[in-house]
Amino acid sequence: MTQDKKLLVSAIKNGTVIDHINAGQALKIIRFLNLAAQNKLVTVGLNLPSKLMKTKDLIKVEDWEITPEEANQVALIAPQSTINIIINYQVSKKFALKLPEKIEHLLVCPNPKCITNHEPMDSFFYVKPRKQTIEVKCRYCEKQFSLNEIKDYKI
Amino acid sequence: MTKSLANRDLISINDLTKSEILHILQLAKDLKNKPRPTLLQNKVLASLFFEPSTRTRLSFETAMERLGGRVIGFADKDVTSASKGETLYDSIRIIGQYADVIAMRHPLEGSARRAAEATDKPILNGGDGANQHPTQTLLDLFTIQETQKKLTGLSTAMAGDLKYGRTVHSLTQALMHFSPRLYFIAPKTLQMPEHYLEELKKNKIKFSLHEKMEDVIKQVDIFYLTRIQKERFADHMDYERVKNTFRLTLAHLTGVKKNLKILHPLPRVNELDDKIDATPHAYYFQQAENGLYVRQALLGAVLGKI
Repeated sequence: MTQDKKLLVSAIKNGTVIDHINAGQALKIIRFLNLAAQNKLVTVGLNLPSKLMKTKDLIKVEDWEITPEEANQVALIAPQSTINIIINYQVSKKFALKLPEKIEHLLVCPNPKCITNHEPMDSFFYVKPRKQTIEVKCRYCEKQFSLNEIKDYKI
Repeated sequence: MTKSLANRDLISINDLTKSEILHILQLAKDLKNKPRPTLLQNKVLASLFFEPSTRTRLSFETAMERLGGRVIGFADKDVTSASKGETLYDSIRIIGQYADVIAMRHPLEGSARRAAEATDKPILNGGDGANQHPTQTLLDLFTIQETQKKLTGLSTAMAGDLKYGRTVHSLTQALMHFSPRLYFIAPKTLQMPEHYLEELKKNKIKFSLHEKMEDVIKQVDIFYLTRIQKERFADHMDYERVKNTFRLTLAHLTGVKKNLKILHPLPRVNELDDKIDATPHAYYFQQAENGLYVRQALLGAVLGKI
């Protein structure tokens, strides 16, 4: 490797790499997975150059293995991202991202008149993939939102 | 096969299959023809109205009384522990220990679904905010069937506040089972929300959007009119303009189909001229009466007695 091709984000020995995140979504994923609170070494790259995507975000977490459920949560925000588990600098497992069918706890219903915003209770959304976007439908107020409309998360 | 309705909740019209809907309508017809004054003897209905309602509350309560059951409850949330800050979950959990079935109305959307999680007694949703009002939809379907002798293949127009009106949303969803032709008539800003229209397209149901009642009234079997609420308009001048032009009068009824029936969930304000009441097309008062039989049918069915 020549000097000018040096990696912008250094490789990790063991852990999880979430790559090809659409630019601007990495911080949301960090919030979703509550990575900042796990006391692990997290490296984040924002707006990195990418041949395929022009710009992308990237997250590397040392000594932490993402679960299939967590990987599905990433799919909600960045469906085209790739997730690899690294052991001793080698890719040991690749995740095929699959949208979850439902999301419990995590999202705050944007409908101010929804019961979930007035009682101490968990939210519950059904995931409805559409052509261009992903929509979620609140089990309680039955309103449907695109994921961009969800501004708040319960973390 | 129809799953038994015994011990089931009715929260949303979408919880019912086509055959379940037809089954409830048949039970309601049977009860209309032959009253069952002792069917629910020794059963107690909790009638919980966290916001005001006259028709829905009184018809639930009368339905229970006419089947020989008894009613406890309240019509004003200020007399309940909700005013002391008790959660809905706790209130329903406790009331569920007193009653055999609960009918409720609550201003928050999703409250009936939440209530159903708190008790194993059946919950009948009498309206949760702008979300669902499934017993209204069932009585609408019952009335359509009663006046047209069928449900399938009818031309139905819905007019008024189609954007916020929960009755027209639920009726649209329920009619999808019955291959309808739908006409939506509303001022542009109050037209049917896009996601309902998409659902219709997906189910290959023919529909069209209109702004004037006279454009479609001659073609339809059912004309379902709803109230336009002043508070839906940011500009009150707009409301005044719509209020005066969006009004069904006798003049509209020239040349309509003989079998046309006009329905309205009531209360009406300005949109339905009371001169229409005397025509053979008016059917909204009978529609309100039918609520009694549909609610009787639901109470009997969820309590496993019919």
